[in-house]
Amino acid sequence: MSRYVVRRLLIAVPVIFGISLVLFTILALAPGDPFEELATNPNVPPEVRMNLRTQFGLDDPLPVRYVRWLGSMLHGDWGFSFVSRINVATLILQRLPTSLFVLGSAQVLGLLIALPIGTYSALRPYSTFDQIATTLAFIGFSLPTFFTGLVFILVFSLTLDWLPFIYRADIPATGWRWWWENARQAAMPVAVLGLFQGATLTRFVRSAVLDVIRLDFVNTARAKGLSERVTIVKHVIRNALIPVVTLVALQIPAIFTGAVITEQIFRVPGIGSLLISSILANDTPVIMAITFVFSCLVVIFNLVADLLYGWLDPRISYR
Amino acid sequence: MDERELRGLVEQVRVGALSRRRFVQMMVGLGLTAPLASQMLASAGVAHAQTKSAAYTPTKRGGGGPLKVLWWQSPTLLNPHFAVGTKDQDGSRIFYEPLAAFDPDGNLVPVLAAEIPSLQNGAVGKDGKSVTWKLKKNVVWHDGKPFTADDVVFNWEYAADPATAATTISSYKDITKIDKLDSHTVRLTFKNPTPFWSDAFCGYRGMIIPKHVFEPFKGAKSREAPANVKPLGTGPYKYVDFKPGDIVRGELNTTYHMPNRPHFDTIEMKGGGDAVSAGRAVVQTGEYDYAWNMQVEEEIMRRMEQGGRGKFETSPGGNIEHIQCNQTDPWKEVEGERSSVKAPHPFLTDPAVRQALNLLVDRGSVQEEIYGRGGQATANFLNSPAKYVSKSTKWEFNVEKANQILDAAGWKRGPDGIRAKGDKKLKMVYQTSINAPRQKTQAIVKQAAAKAGIEMELKSITASVFFSSDAANPDIYARFSTDLQMFTTTQASPDPQTFMEQFASWEVSSKDNKFQGRNITRWRNEEYDKLFRAAETELDPAKRAALFIKMNDMVIQNVIVIPIIFRNKVQAVSSRLRGHEISGWDNDTANLCNWFKA
Repeated sequence: MSRYVVRRLLIAVPVIFGISLVLFTILALAPGDPFEELATNPNVPPEVRMNLRTQFGLDDPLPVRYVRWLGSMLHGDWGFSFVSRINVATLILQRLPTSLFVLGSAQVLGLLIALPIGTYSALRPYSTFDQIATTLAFIGFSLPTFFTGLVFILVFSLTLDWLPFIYRADIPATGWRWWWENARQAAMPVAVLGLFQGATLTRFVRSAVLDVIRLDFVNTARAKGLSERVTIVKHVIRNALIPVVTLVALQIPAIFTGAVITEQIFRVPGIGSLLISSILANDTPVIMAITFVFSCLVVIFNLVADLLYGWLDPRISYR
Repeated sequence: MDERELRGLVEQVRVGALSRRRFVQMMVGLGLTAPLASQMLASAGVAHAQTKSAAYTPTKRGGGGPLKVLWWQSPTLLNPHFAVGTKDQDGSRIFYEPLAAFDPDGNLVPVLAAEIPSLQNGAVGKDGKSVTWKLKKNVVWHDGKPFTADDVVFNWEYAADPATAATTISSYKDITKIDKLDSHTVRLTFKNPTPFWSDAFCGYRGMIIPKHVFEPFKGAKSREAPANVKPLGTGPYKYVDFKPGDIVRGELNTTYHMPNRPHFDTIEMKGGGDAVSAGRAVVQTGEYDYAWNMQVEEEIMRRMEQGGRGKFETSPGGNIEHIQCNQTDPWKEVEGERSSVKAPHPFLTDPAVRQALNLLVDRGSVQEEIYGRGGQATANFLNSPAKYVSKSTKWEFNVEKANQILDAAGWKRGPDGIRAKGDKKLKMVYQTSINAPRQKTQAIVKQAAAKAGIEMELKSITASVFFSSDAANPDIYARFSTDLQMFTTTQASPDPQTFMEQFASWEVSSKDNKFQGRNITRWRNEEYDKLFRAAETELDPAKRAALFIKMNDMVIQNVIVIPIIFRNKVQAVSSRLRGHEISGWDNDTANLCNWFKA
């Protein structure tokens, strides 16, 4: 086991290194200029722009820039934003709590929907409940979030006037009002993301439970005289959850990058909206930091998912 | 209109036969800026318009609750000397103030200055090489330290130092020295006679930062200053919190230097999202009080306004959407450079072709169907409300006339319907950035051109490439590798001089200057150069205005550019908000201390 972990970690190093090289090269070769807005402003002399480019090391050759970036990244320095002129780490840390809160809640909401509905559907396949749940799940994951988001705004903000559609990270209130305001503003983005997530997961849970419920050990459990409740909860769901847990573990890195589109629609100041505005502004250090951290998380959580899998299912051994 | 006629008009304003506002509008119609027009009046001894502060009714400071504004592109830094776009300036202006601001008519209104310098009060030197500013005495910074002449001197040193890489450098670099006459008086000395002395320390680029906070971070160390993201100024609101790209928050400044101001207890500038939904949050749901830069289609604006919680307002400024006609050949490479001045354009150098093109741009349809109240069809390169268009530069949409001109010039239709003369065919490539209104405009122009036997190939380029300064990319607008191109040029300064320099021959964009030259059409004209040089040092505002009008007319009559739409500033405003009076010549937040809610 520990040998397996060590081997996987050692493989991860060149992978991450390769990813960083590819990302850096693509970003460096991509057209665009972080000081492009200055170029169209007649009042800013070109020397200022040239001076800024030199100051931020944009005129150095590509390999030099890459080595410099790698060096500081190894020291834990994520770089310096061209646009905001502050450290990238500060910029990301400002956004992280909001992203974690909104996407985390959405993930939890998705699971809360998917687990009971998926299990119940699988226990009574092709019943009316299953048919309705399946239909809704299909509708749910075929509607893109930008569409449901706009429909929600139209219904709950513009027509009914119940919920605000602009998200504010720090609400100037305390106590109960703070909780209430936060719940109100988070309701729509969390619902949009959670329902989408839930729809996908419902189908997944249903098929996983369906696979397990036909197996012999379930019949054995029933034959032993265990109650239906105990059979389902202790024997069926536990085993059916193994692939679901893997899936959820693999989705955790996505929480970090945020939900780009939903964040844009509701003005949620998360990592996703930071990524988009940085791309639009050609703020390469920020784009680089976010995409690189995301790649690292994907690599790490792949490993975590593999390990969890073995822990949940002792039949799987690591070599 | 020449100098004599201009003087006649100024005289009429002086005796009261012509209203001040009407005069300013006329000048703007001639392609001048409002600030230049009001400077003409000032130098002729016509008193400055009284500022309408009577409209401000709150009788005490604070008590107005929160003010919530939306900037869909939000500030990313709050040091006015580093501001990259208006968004950063607007955000900085909550906390920082200039010596004087420009009102909607282009008048200077004192903010940190005690009075506006003029020739009459002797504060503006007769040789145009100096100006003396008297500062307000009761002003303190947010940390309680007094605001003095030292701060003004420091801002000049800070911005003019190339190592600081301040975006405001051009306003300060031509000041040779600033003398501190006493603790609250400064005298600026310029290198050359400077007719537009109110560039430094006024408006957009004039915000003043405190010496005691920024002094250790001058020059190359400027980017390390913690105050770049934690502003400390003299403005109506004090810094509370700033998250780049998301939110700026401020609270009432209890020591603000104007009585009973500001009205609101807190201010919040929220960013992100898009213009349409920002408009909705103000006009339809009333969640917010004000939203900046509404690039929204007319029809959507009208539908939103039916709710009655707010409205869309416009204020004229200096941005112009225009087509440029390349004077050099983009299809011939000379010494490794396309669009080189050594290769004149095969047919766009023919005035007849340019005249015809000018007649083929249906500005009326572009305005009505695409821009709505967000723009006004215009014939002038600067700006022109339809009512006051000068006769010499009138726009017309007339396919028939275009055909006649081309026929007369010997451009004959070929068997494919496309006109040709010898081996030259009227086929052109017309490029712009990707942006829905622009693609619609391209289609309108292409259709009309086809009727006159001109074939146009449309090309659209991602904005981030088109407007980049990457000299190696042939698609950047500064390289102009096609026959025609269209974009908006921002004036961003109340004085037309910098703006008009883009037709001077020494500014030609070329490989030698890494395509940094601002003359992108590569048009060169000795007479224009002479007029420009004369305007640079002309101190008499009327004479100078006449020069600019002549220069504008030259560009328009020669059809070097085809102006299409003069774009207004459009903002969404809650129906309860008062006193905001947005000036097209200054920041949206310039007048923030006077905003209140009814």
